[in-house]
Amino acid sequence: MPEPNRRDSPGRGQPSDLYTVDSMKTEFGDLAVRETTGSSLGRDAWIRLRRNPVAIIGFILVTLFLVVAVFAPLIAPYGPSDTPGKGIVTPTNIPGPSADHWFGLDDLGRDEFSRVIYGARQSLIIGVVSLLIGMTVGVIMGVLAGAFGGWVDGLVMRITDIMLSVPGLLFAIAVAAVLGQSLSSVMIAIAVVNVPVFARLLRGSMLAQRDADYVVAAHSLGLRRRNTVASHILPNSISPVIVQSTLVLATAIIDAAGLAFLGLGSADPAIPEWGRMLADTQRYLSVAPHLAFFPGIAIVIAALGFTLLGESLREALDPKYRR
Amino acid sequence: MALLEVDDLRVTFGGRDRADVRAVDGVSFSVDAGQTIGLVGESGCGKSVTSLAIMGLLPSTGVRVAGSVSFDGQELLTMTTDEMRDIRGRDITMVFQDPMTSLNPVITIGLQVTEVLSRHRGMDKSDARAEAASLLRRVGIPDPDRRLKDYPHQLSGGMRQRALIAMALACQPRVMIADEPTTALDVTIQAQILDLLKQLTEETGAALIMITHDLGVVAGLCDRVNVMYSGRIVESAPRRELFADPRHPYTHGLLASIPRLDHPRGTPLTPIPGSPRDVLPWAQGCAFSPRCSQPVDSCVQQAPALGPIGTSGVHDLRCHHPVAERVLEEQR
Repeated sequence: MPEPNRRDSPGRGQPSDLYTVDSMKTEFGDLAVRETTGSSLGRDAWIRLRRNPVAIIGFILVTLFLVVAVFAPLIAPYGPSDTPGKGIVTPTNIPGPSADHWFGLDDLGRDEFSRVIYGARQSLIIGVVSLLIGMTVGVIMGVLAGAFGGWVDGLVMRITDIMLSVPGLLFAIAVAAVLGQSLSSVMIAIAVVNVPVFARLLRGSMLAQRDADYVVAAHSLGLRRRNTVASHILPNSISPVIVQSTLVLATAIIDAAGLAFLGLGSADPAIPEWGRMLADTQRYLSVAPHLAFFPGIAIVIAALGFTLLGESLREALDPKYRR
Repeated sequence: MALLEVDDLRVTFGGRDRADVRAVDGVSFSVDAGQTIGLVGESGCGKSVTSLAIMGLLPSTGVRVAGSVSFDGQELLTMTTDEMRDIRGRDITMVFQDPMTSLNPVITIGLQVTEVLSRHRGMDKSDARAEAASLLRRVGIPDPDRRLKDYPHQLSGGMRQRALIAMALACQPRVMIADEPTTALDVTIQAQILDLLKQLTEETGAALIMITHDLGVVAGLCDRVNVMYSGRIVESAPRRELFADPRHPYTHGLLASIPRLDHPRGTPLTPIPGSPRDVLPWAQGCAFSPRCSQPVDSCVQQAPALGPIGTSGVHDLRCHHPVAERVLEEQR
């Protein structure tokens, strides 16, 4: 390309946009950035996400899970407590999948397909609520530590150390023991396990931004500390938290199933939970393996969907992966 | 009394388990409204640390700042963080070296400019937006309304530096510090940015402190030039006098090292031997003596003091054995 390289080149004193556009061509290789005027890094990430087959699979699985959870009453042929198999089912005869009952019947004659469908609701509620609690508390702690530093940072990090040193499952059992067996104690337990993860992640990411050039520039403009944190440090540190939140949804679903398996889920046995469905049917494993298979598959699909989506989000949002 | 007076500024970096490093060692200069002064020196001579110390932007731990920086009669070094924050961005602003990294990549240019306006001038959203557009227009960014909605990665380097200058200019500052504002830019863009800075300081009557290692920048812009070496000012003179009659061997070496268009092709370049690491601590003598072309015994025995030289009364020099005027005459 023609490079106006002479020192006494024209354009002195006049706004010659020509040169700057030219220099941009060389810098970025193409002018694609021009076309997306008004776009953001978020849209950039979205474009990268759409090109990634792993992301598409994750997205499909997550959508499937969400649709099933939200529209459970429309999809499920029976209610979760209906017993269409009453009279058919005996302890030695638990029919497997058939045209009438796709996933078979359970030991009480309930439609397994409907129960798996309703179970998705339970998983979604536990996952989302515990994520929101854990993320909110964790982000607040992380912001405090990352923005103030000093003794605040020390205090917050010691608190997270203590939280991390207690095994999650033990802690959940303790919470359930104190608050009683209920859905909310499960959600609180899972949330508490995730608080230190979010706090540390955000703190580390904020510390990395604190000495960035644009943060120094913001200081040089005399911006108040809360503005510097809110509009400069935080927006540049938040993407690991977004990624982590999708991954946490996956572990929350698994954790919820694990806790339900141990009998720490909701106190109402009529509400289907994947983990408890697994636990309840242990005795019939030899005569009705489908009772373990379908809830298990459901857990895998939901967790896998969020994991794949999270991993590809990480790639899309991480500037180092940019091509 | 000058608008900004820096007197005997000392900045020392050090920690419990590290030896102290004195980055700035008794620097004094002053700048008046409408005046442009240059701080010139090679990497590591303390020019950027000087500017950060004036701005109060040095980290609070591991750094000791002594001396005095007075702005319009107020002492800046003893101010609280909050008082300093009111002055930064309003009265004293800074333009940084690298426009690629000095803008926040995730928010729009518009947001970054209006933020300053609402902070210091208390403007509401729509006023700030209109003012931001006129600021961008003023620094030569075409189609400012559209650019306000752009993100930094959508602008070229020169445009970004213009946007940063617009932010520095937003509150009609009385002192602007430009820390190597053209180093990261193409030569053609450099000239544009320098012209812009010159024009803006003339229009607004702001004082400009130009920090650079490029004597070419100084030649076109500064009224007075301070040459720094190893944390101290070694020569200070009005621009014309400095270029016509450099008396310090370091200044002389810097000027001699610039390739000249009127020399025949193939003429070897004239470097200053050694590297900035070959310094002598000022306490033991002249820091430049290990690289000096004409050291004398007193150079390694006693540190020279900064004092007037010549008859003009405006030319200060820190040297035991200045470059004689006749040497220059011989060269011409």
